[in-house]
Amino acid sequence: MAKVVVVTSGKGGVGKTTSTAALGAALAQGGERVVVVDFDVGLRNLDLVMGAERRVVFDLINVIQGDAKLTQALIRDKRLDNLMLLPASQTRDKDALTGEGVARVIAELRQTFDWVLCDSPAGIERGALLAMHHADIAVVVTNPEVSSVRDSDRIIGMLDSKTERAERGERIEKHLLLTRYDPVRAKRGDMLTVEDVLEILSIPLLGIIPESQEVLRASNVGSPVTLNAPVSAPARAYSDAVRRLRGETVDMSIPFDKIGLVARLFGRRVA
Amino acid sequence: MSSIFDIFRKRPTANLARERLQILLSHERASVGQEGLIITLREEILAVIAKHIHVDRDQVQVKVERTGESSILEIDVTMPVHSMTLRT
Repeated sequence: MAKVVVVTSGKGGVGKTTSTAALGAALAQGGERVVVVDFDVGLRNLDLVMGAERRVVFDLINVIQGDAKLTQALIRDKRLDNLMLLPASQTRDKDALTGEGVARVIAELRQTFDWVLCDSPAGIERGALLAMHHADIAVVVTNPEVSSVRDSDRIIGMLDSKTERAERGERIEKHLLLTRYDPVRAKRGDMLTVEDVLEILSIPLLGIIPESQEVLRASNVGSPVTLNAPVSAPARAYSDAVRRLRGETVDMSIPFDKIGLVARLFGRRVA
Repeated sequence: MSSIFDIFRKRPTANLARERLQILLSHERASVGQEGLIITLREEILAVIAKHIHVDRDQVQVKVERTGESSILEIDVTMPVHSMTLRT
């Protein structure tokens, strides 16, 4: 049975695309058949983060409008055979995304893949609503920061009311993915702690991704962090999150990067 | 008590963030689906007032001010002196 996952947040810039790429790659590394779908029409970036930007020919809108077949639009990852990307359109108007069209594409993807990961655009408009509409599971990406937590709360409300599952009176599985977390600052009392965010949003925790320079390094080279630096702290955190997504019980921890003595003395930055 | 050392020791801020969020979200969650409430209240209050006195639509202000645990509904009606006569 295919699972449709929406990676969403309300607020922009919290790590939806990074997380979609990292989770998708980690799932594929575990042998699952995975497709990551970019819903951010007009501002696509998943192709860039996945390093497939030069191989985009057709996109989601072309498939919806019948100008291309789904198989023509899917881009196979260069590193993992069982990982595919369905890019968004960069030039078309986002109104080209129709509810009926999205329903058809998702239904078709369910036939071929074990996991369909939908990278939602920021905001609470049409694009974000369509990205979440068919989801069985939602991953709510949140930074430990007031505006992000507020927007996540709003998105959780919409997941409970505007999705297909909600409309059928079924429950949608929701998970919190806390990104850019800095345990040192949280301990010092200058950043909301994991417990604070969990208490406020009251949805189960999927993972804690520590703030790390490896995330930016991975996007610089166009590779999901779980492939580009598999033993780095964020990659280990994403891999743990994926194991939880697959139903395993994994102890919650915040992985950290080992910093050598020399680096420490010369003040290498953590972020 | 502030001392000279406070210059070097900033107060932790995460507690304040948590408290502000808890208050804000308790209001926002309660107000979901009530976006039209103020407009409805305004129209109905206006209709009741208009039954008895002449008031300009623009002279009726309906506001909700949020405090810690509750909200205060404020109705502000400016009445011109000549409208103070009861309609029969």
